[in-house]
Amino acid sequence: MSKIFAFHGGIHPPENKKQSTRAPIRLAPVPEQLTIPIQQHIGAPAKPCVHVGEQVLKGQMIAEAQGRISVSIHASSSGTITDISPQSVPHPSGLEAPCISIKTDGQDQWIPHQGLADYRSLPPLELINYIRNHGIAGMGGAGFPTDVKLHLGDDHIVNTLIINAAECEPYITADDMLIRERAEQIVGGIEVINYLLNPTHILIGIEDNKAHAIRVLEDALRHTKLNIDIVVVPTKYPSGGEKQLVRLLTGVEVPSGRIPADVGIVCQNIGTVAAINQAVHHGTPLISRIVTVTGGAVGKPQNLEALIGTPINDLLETAQVNHNTLSRLVMGGPMMGFTIEDDAIPIIKTSNCIIAAVKEEMPPAPPSQACIRCGLCEQACPAELLPQQLFWFSKSREFEKAKHHNLFDCIECGACSYVCPSNIPLVQYYRFAKNEIRDEEAEQRKSDQARQRFEARQARLEQAVLDKEIRRKERAAQAAKTQAAKKASSETAAQTPEDNIKQLKTAAAITRTKLKKALSALEAAKADSSDNIAQLDLQYKQAEHAAEEAQKALELAESGIQAPATSVAPDIKQLKTQAAVARTKLKKAQQALKIAEDKGHDGADTLRATVAQLEEKSVAAQLVFANAETDAASSSSSNPLPALKESTDKALGTFKKAEAALETAIANSSPAAEKMKAGVEKLKAKYTEALAAQEAAETLSAPKATEAPAQSFEPQPTARTPADLKALKQNVSIMRTKLKKTETLLASAEADSEQAGELQQEIVRLTQLHKDAKAQLDAEEEGKIKAAAAQGIDLKKLKIDAALARAAVTKLERSIKKAQEAEPAELNALQTELLAAQQQATQFNNTLSQFE
Amino acid sequence: MSAVLIAILVLLSLAVVFGLVLGFAAVKFKVEGNPIVDQIDDLLPQTQCGQCGHPGCRPYAEAIANGEQINKCPPGGQSTIEALADLLDVEAVPLDAEHGEESIKTVAYIREDECIGCTKCIQACPVDAILGAAKQMHTVIVSECTGCDLCVEPCPVDCIDMLPIETTLNNWKWTPPVPGVELIATDTGRSVAHASSKEGASS
Repeated sequence: MSKIFAFHGGIHPPENKKQSTRAPIRLAPVPEQLTIPIQQHIGAPAKPCVHVGEQVLKGQMIAEAQGRISVSIHASSSGTITDISPQSVPHPSGLEAPCISIKTDGQDQWIPHQGLADYRSLPPLELINYIRNHGIAGMGGAGFPTDVKLHLGDDHIVNTLIINAAECEPYITADDMLIRERAEQIVGGIEVINYLLNPTHILIGIEDNKAHAIRVLEDALRHTKLNIDIVVVPTKYPSGGEKQLVRLLTGVEVPSGRIPADVGIVCQNIGTVAAINQAVHHGTPLISRIVTVTGGAVGKPQNLEALIGTPINDLLETAQVNHNTLSRLVMGGPMMGFTIEDDAIPIIKTSNCIIAAVKEEMPPAPPSQACIRCGLCEQACPAELLPQQLFWFSKSREFEKAKHHNLFDCIECGACSYVCPSNIPLVQYYRFAKNEIRDEEAEQRKSDQARQRFEARQARLEQAVLDKEIRRKERAAQAAKTQAAKKASSETAAQTPEDNIKQLKTAAAITRTKLKKALSALEAAKADSSDNIAQLDLQYKQAEHAAEEAQKALELAESGIQAPATSVAPDIKQLKTQAAVARTKLKKAQQALKIAEDKGHDGADTLRATVAQLEEKSVAAQLVFANAETDAASSSSSNPLPALKESTDKALGTFKKAEAALETAIANSSPAAEKMKAGVEKLKAKYTEALAAQEAAETLSAPKATEAPAQSFEPQPTARTPADLKALKQNVSIMRTKLKKTETLLASAEADSEQAGELQQEIVRLTQLHKDAKAQLDAEEEGKIKAAAAQGIDLKKLKIDAALARAAVTKLERSIKKAQEAEPAELNALQTELLAAQQQATQFNNTLSQFE
Repeated sequence: MSAVLIAILVLLSLAVVFGLVLGFAAVKFKVEGNPIVDQIDDLLPQTQCGQCGHPGCRPYAEAIANGEQINKCPPGGQSTIEALADLLDVEAVPLDAEHGEESIKTVAYIREDECIGCTKCIQACPVDAILGAAKQMHTVIVSECTGCDLCVEPCPVDCIDMLPIETTLNNWKWTPPVPGVELIATDTGRSVAHASSKEGASS
């Protein structure tokens, strides 16, 4: 006999065990319906591996263990799976949890099974796995998966194996009866565990109130070679608690928050040991257990071997329950069990006792009174805690303090509540406090997780924005590069300073408008005597500066264009020489004509005609030269308004044309060319004068520059002629259409006399206007024809000649085409003819263009 | 006279020494940021729901550190307010109803048949608890959902429900014991009956 130690506190409640030990263990009948919860243990619920409607045999696995801490579930009897759904389960909450329902067929037919012939030939790991597959879980209290406990040898040095047969709670005799009737199973189970854990010594802790069981156990142990000690401990509640039993048997205190394995001790419940034996030697999974059915309302209190999943009601019926006296149904012992409301709740692997109590046995809890600080609870506490303090903290929700007073070492044995003279439900308070603390911790974990996720998300979003920005910049840089490349290529391909100038001009215009705006704002501010005058002033100055800059840039760019403009000079020179050549030719022809006239030659007439032609040519060359020169001069001047300038230049050109034509018409004889030249020079002087005026106007004020040159040129009447002619023609046609419209209107509105009169008046007016316009046009045209006639050429005739020449050209072109296809011999002759005709046509056209 | 001078010199030298030590400590042990904000943030429930009017729990923690009221967090409820009051040593005040009431914990649930896969809820979720892709059905990762409600509003087809978290065996809680009926002087019979039947009292 080894030494017995003692643990602090403990109580001695009435045992009430005798009632159920009088009858041997009986097999409970197979119920019609089995309800097997898929979670009967601590850890993860098992995963159902059958489907509704499937036929299952006794011992067949119906739910598979999932994860490390889990236990598989087997069919307790043969039958059909009828349902896999939430049902009421044995739990203080009375909640529903997923269960597998089996409708038994009454055959109770086993699945083929057999035990291991020699478990010692298996490696420990395989044996542990075998035990796991047979669904063995702790049958004493929490239902901890046994295989996990048997694995403890891997990372702990196990020197003591303790078999818990204390069974300290009142009423319960399941383990007692198991030892009395099936001691050999226990010894077999201990041998298996010994093989797996290989402890140095094995202790069986048993309370001294089970004398019969101790005797049987001692007999059974005589046949084993193992060193097993039976340690009889004094009856005291809660000596069956794991930590208390360890203390009792070894004197070692399991540290707070640790397991016995940490001090080299493994505890196994005696029922579990027997179940291991059955699994290893007979191959039967854990499908039944011994349940004590007792209590005042039960006719025959006894121990029943019930199938897992048997409804409590069936067991109560077997034990002949008296429903009239039954006041309270308790699952488990009176100290740590819980009341159940529904008697259809099934037996599970951890159900060791059912108490059908009458009212006198378990009266409703009396009302609690104030704590009187008697300290009895502290004396009773087997965990050496301060129940009173824990009560205060739990009640006032000071959970942190309760935690610091080692609330979590409380085993909820109920000893403190039992001794409390004020009937305070202390354990309820502790359970509540534990729940709250666990809840808070879970929430803290969750909130930490949420924070992490939130921060990760924020970081990700920020990074995304940054990445986007970087990508955008990259794209912009790329775009700028391609733009630059494009620009460079376009600049090298074709210099377009005009575009540049346009851009600069718009920029200048923009800055000018800005300047104006700033000025107006400044003035407004000044008028209002506002505070921000200084600011506006600054803005105005800035705008002014910008405008100046833009203007400067524009001028610079325009002066840059002057260089190409000077390249017109050689052209002008060419034209000059052409004009000079034409003049000399004319002089020669005139001299020839004089000689011919003097001699009275026949060819004088023809010579005269050629002189006239040459004269025309000379005039034309001169004109072209004059035009080019004026153009060059105008382009060299820095006029910001090219459109206007162009129009004025055109006007100037045409004016010159007209003047030249007039002069040629007047000076029919030989000195005509010199006179014309003089006229041209005169006009040039005039033009330069006008240009100077324009420039002056420009420098004076930029916006006014647009009007100044227009005004300066308008008074010149000669500039009008060709433009006027066109305008007059248009005018006439407009009048004609108007007249026609009103006439049609009149025709349609003749019925309406009033309108008709008005319309008639309108028509008269329009006819007058039309006539006036036509007369004007006619007069103008006549003047032109006269001018032409004075030059010795009939304009009408010229026109007709030109048209004829053109027609001849087209005709010849057609015949050439035909000849190309049919007669290549005639081609050369035709081509020469065509050239001549073309020359003639261009000559006529040139002459004609002078007058139009 | 010399005694006075010695005293002054001694005090002066002490002042210089301590000044140097303090100056060094101020530089060496400088605390970055405001540690109280972290502590407050730890107490807040991290639902990131924005019911307090701040874009997340940390901004509210910062606001509290700068003197804002502590009773604007409905998800945290009274317990959070008490914890904050404890931390900041201020009076615990009742929850400000303006920001919402303390309600049971919920979790978002997407009726997957109705989901059109618009990803709007995914963008709204502050803790990335919704899984899905464009034009694919979305679903809520229940274990990550804080029940903040923010995904309900953007859903164009209203297929998101906030369901209360179901009580299972794993999250079931013992109810706090209700204080017993106060005994009055004449109610003696009860206590006598109680004394006689002590044995089952604690079951």
